Amino acid sequence: MADAVLFEFLHTEMVAELWARASDPSPGGQKTSLWVLENMGFRVGQSLGERLPRDTLAFREELDALKFLCRDLWAAVFQKQTDGLRTNHQGTYIILDNDFPLLVRMAAGQQYLEEAPKFLAFTCGLLRGTLNTLGIKSLVTAAVAALPACKFQVVIQRA
Amino acid sequence: MAVCIAVIAKENYPLYIRSVPTENELKFHYMVHTSLDVVDEKISALGKALVDQRELYLGLLYPTEDHKVYGYVTNSKVKFVMVVDSSNTALRDNEIRSMFRKLHNSYTDVMCNPFYNPGDRIHSRAFDNMVTAMMIQVC
Repeated sequence: MADAVLFEFLHTEMVAELWARASDPSPGGQKTSLWVLENMGFRVGQSLGERLPRDTLAFREELDALKFLCRDLWAAVFQKQTDGLRTNHQGTYIILDNDFPLLVRMAAGQQYLEEAPKFLAFTCGLLRGTLNTLGIKSLVTAAVAALPACKFQVVIQRA
Repeated sequence: MAVCIAVIAKENYPLYIRSVPTENELKFHYMVHTSLDVVDEKISALGKALVDQRELYLGLLYPTEDHKVYGYVTNSKVKFVMVVDSSNTALRDNEIRSMFRKLHNSYTDVMCNPFYNPGDRIHSRAFDNMVTAMMIQVC
């Protein structure tokens, strides 16, 4: 298994590169970069969703798929498991991570709070992509109250 | 030694279908199409029953007089259907399972290819070669 830092470094450079090249510093331009990151994560998530559950048995319901995300996906990508999963049983799930590896190197507290969303966009896309392959359409957003703890909110879209 | 192999997407359209004796191709297409109903039945039936977890390999879907149809469904609801010749009685369950595992592995590789858009027909030559190796040798 490759060293976890390889992905962290690559991810940091991806975000830095997108922001360095962004010719439009207004909120509109920011949104495009966030959207690009999220879509990258989406395509990676689609492939991961095909490869990771390869030998596991079929999922019987949504909760199983979310538990798979929290355990196996997090373990494969971040080498740890999430710290919590909450649901309101109406299709909204919150994934909590108190020590998010992509944010842990940045700060421990309120510093750099405005920069944090950039580093979470790729992971939001990753979750959305994996759920998409598993047959669940969703919308994923992230929120940070204090680095490095963060919350990912997954809202299942029912047709 | 399969006679026809098909990969069917979640929305039940074919991503890849290939049969060996190319003159009865239409008949095999039709067989694969009818077997989809059986696959759906198996997936939904086991979901309601009190089975703890469902296996990916579905087993024999239905036998006809000279062909047997086997099915396998992945976690992403992509189905693999394989038609084998009934006269080839030497084929055991284990061999069919290993053929499906190889198919699943090759399909995963196709998915991870950045030039492949999920939902398109599969044009990968590596996948083609793997399938050719599994097909029956018609002389």
